[in-house]
This record gives sequence, C-alpha cells and structure tokens, in this order.
Amino acid sequence: MPRALQVLRGAAIATAFGLLAGCFTNKQNEGARLYQEHCSNCHGEQGAGLRRLIPPLAGSDYLSTNRAALPCILRKGQQGLVVVNAVEYNQVMPPHEDLTDSQITNILNFLQQSWGNKGEAYTIREVSELLGACNGSDGR
Amino acid sequence: MIHPFFRRVLLALSGTLLLASCSDNKQQATTLPYIGEHDVRARTDGGPADTIYATIPRFTLTNQEGKTVTDSTLAGKVYVTDFFFATCPSICPKMQSEMLRVYEKYKNNPRVAFLSHTIDPAHDSIPVLRDYAERLGVTNASQWQFVTAPHDTIFALARAYMTGAEADKKAAGGFAHNGTFALVDGQRHVRGLYDGMNPQEVDRLLREMPLLLAEESAKQSKP
Repeated sequence: MPRALQVLRGAAIATAFGLLAGCFTNKQNEGARLYQEHCSNCHGEQGAGLRRLIPPLAGSDYLSTNRAALPCILRKGQQGLVVVNAVEYNQVMPPHEDLTDSQITNILNFLQQSWGNKGEAYTIREVSELLGACNGSDGR
Repeated sequence: MIHPFFRRVLLALSGTLLLASCSDNKQQATTLPYIGEHDVRARTDGGPADTIYATIPRFTLTNQEGKTVTDSTLAGKVYVTDFFFATCPSICPKMQSEMLRVYEKYKNNPRVAFLSHTIDPAHDSIPVLRDYAERLGVTNASQWQFVTAPHDTIFALARAYMTGAEADKKAAGGFAHNGTFALVDGQRHVRGLYDGMNPQEVDRLLREMPLLLAEESAKQSKP
C-alpha cells in the first residue's frame, strides 16, 4: 500500500511538472511562435524585411520612435508611406483582428527583444490602453 | 596491421562513398519530365506515333515598362513563372524573396527569363508593377517581367502553369493563390513545378535548371 502511494505521488509530481513546463514554455515562446505564424511571411524569419518592399524589424528605428503606435498598427494594419531607417516603404500591412491583446503584447515584446533590438517591454495592461486609441482592445 | 575498429570504419566509409557516387550518376543522367497530359497521335506515314506534350497556349501580356510580351519573346528561353499581386499580404513577399534567389543566380543570363503575373490586374497598373519591381531591386525589365493582362487571360494562364489562383473575398487581400513556380522550356512545355514557399523546393529548382539549359543548348545546336 505505501509503495502504491509512493508511485502515485511520484506520478502526480511528474504530471504537475509536466503541466507547469508546458505552461511556461508555451508562454515564453508565444511571441516568437505568433511572429512566425502571422508576420514572418512578409517581414522574414529573421525580421530582415524584403528589399525596399517590406520594411525590416531587425535593427529598425521605427520600433523605438513609434513604440506607442505599434499595438494599433498590429491590430488595424497600415497603409501609405512609412520611413524606416531612412528608407521609404509603401506597402499594405493587413489588420489582425484575430489576435488578443495579450498575444499582441507577446509579439511586440518578441520584436523589441530580438535580432539585436533592445526596446522597452510592454505590459498587457499598457497594450490594452494603447489599443484604446484605435478602439482596438478586446480586453483579453 | 590495421586495428579491427578502424577496419570497420574504413569499410563503412568506402560503402558510403560507393553509394554516394551511385546516386550522383543517377542525378546526372536525369532529364526533366514533361508535366501535364500527353496526347499520342498516329502518323499518316505509318511511322511511330508522335507524343504531343501539354503546351502553354500562346499569350500576349504587358510588362512593367508597358511593353508587350508574347510567347515569341520567350521562345527558346528557359523561364520561371509565378502569380502574385502587389498588395498581397500573405505569401507573396516570401515567394518573391525565393524567386529573387533564382534571379540573382541567373541575372544577365540571356537564356533565362522570369515572368511574374499579377492576379489583380484591376489594381496592379503598369506604374504599380514598375514600382513593385524597382522596390524588389529588379532593374532589368527584359529579364524579369512583371506582367498584366485581362483577368481571364491571367487565370487561364495560371491553370496552364498549374498554379492555383482565384478571387476569394475571404482570403487576405481578396485573392487565394498558391506559391507555385513553374519551370518552362523553350517550346512552352512545363518541365518542373516547385513550391515557391519552401526553400528546399527552390533549391531543387536551382539544381534542375542547368539540366534544362543543357537540353536547350543541345536542341539549338542541332540544325
């Protein structure tokens, strides 16, 4: 009987660790995963952009100079002229109404911390507030 | 005296080398297949029947400089096609960046051409196509042509090049299409199809193009 209990306890601990690990790894990589899914076809797997057609995100001055506008750009998309690292771009970026506020936060934090970018991280609350400007917060 | 372990390693190595050389030979001997339906026609003189391969229908298109491009412009050249639209938010940038790899390799080779068809001719006017080409860094408009034509012409050509393309209000940007690259020989036969979204597939295109170029050279040296 005590032996069976021991086994049971072992299994429970293992399961708990498994669940926790699952949670953490998913959350930790969510920004990177969502980036690959929603952004990388245009901006490139390494954020390099595409010539003068698609602006880069890696080493991009736009991410720091337009930090507060980024949540709404992700949510609503963008068109018209933009200048990134002194180069003019003019492409249509599609909206992403399908992402939650927290997913947008994770993507932005991934961008701000990847490929040599050292931008300031966002909190979900901050992103939701910034999304209010374009009526784009889903509160999640 | 060789230690038994090294002997085994040597044996394994020579085996691998032998196998490798086998597959190399096989690759060198390949000619590319004719893709599409074949038609076999009896000859009136009673000789062996002719095989008629699927052929891209004759076409007239307009490129980013407003110049007319027809099938005779490309006759005798090996060319690669794709279908895109300038405001495409989904697969086009990745597909065109893969096409750029192929273009860079064959840049200024007069025997190779590239043909990118817009599937949104209503929006992609000649100035839009020119701007797109320039932003992509394509300066040689006679080698990589970004072409437009009436809607039906483009969609019929997409079918001929075995590329899926259709208007779809639900798809991002209003059109659903796939990133197929078709490799076409100098007589308008499709000789290879590749997924332009997959770098390994585009590597295969890069390996297969020299085979087709060699075949064209052999054809052209015949009287």
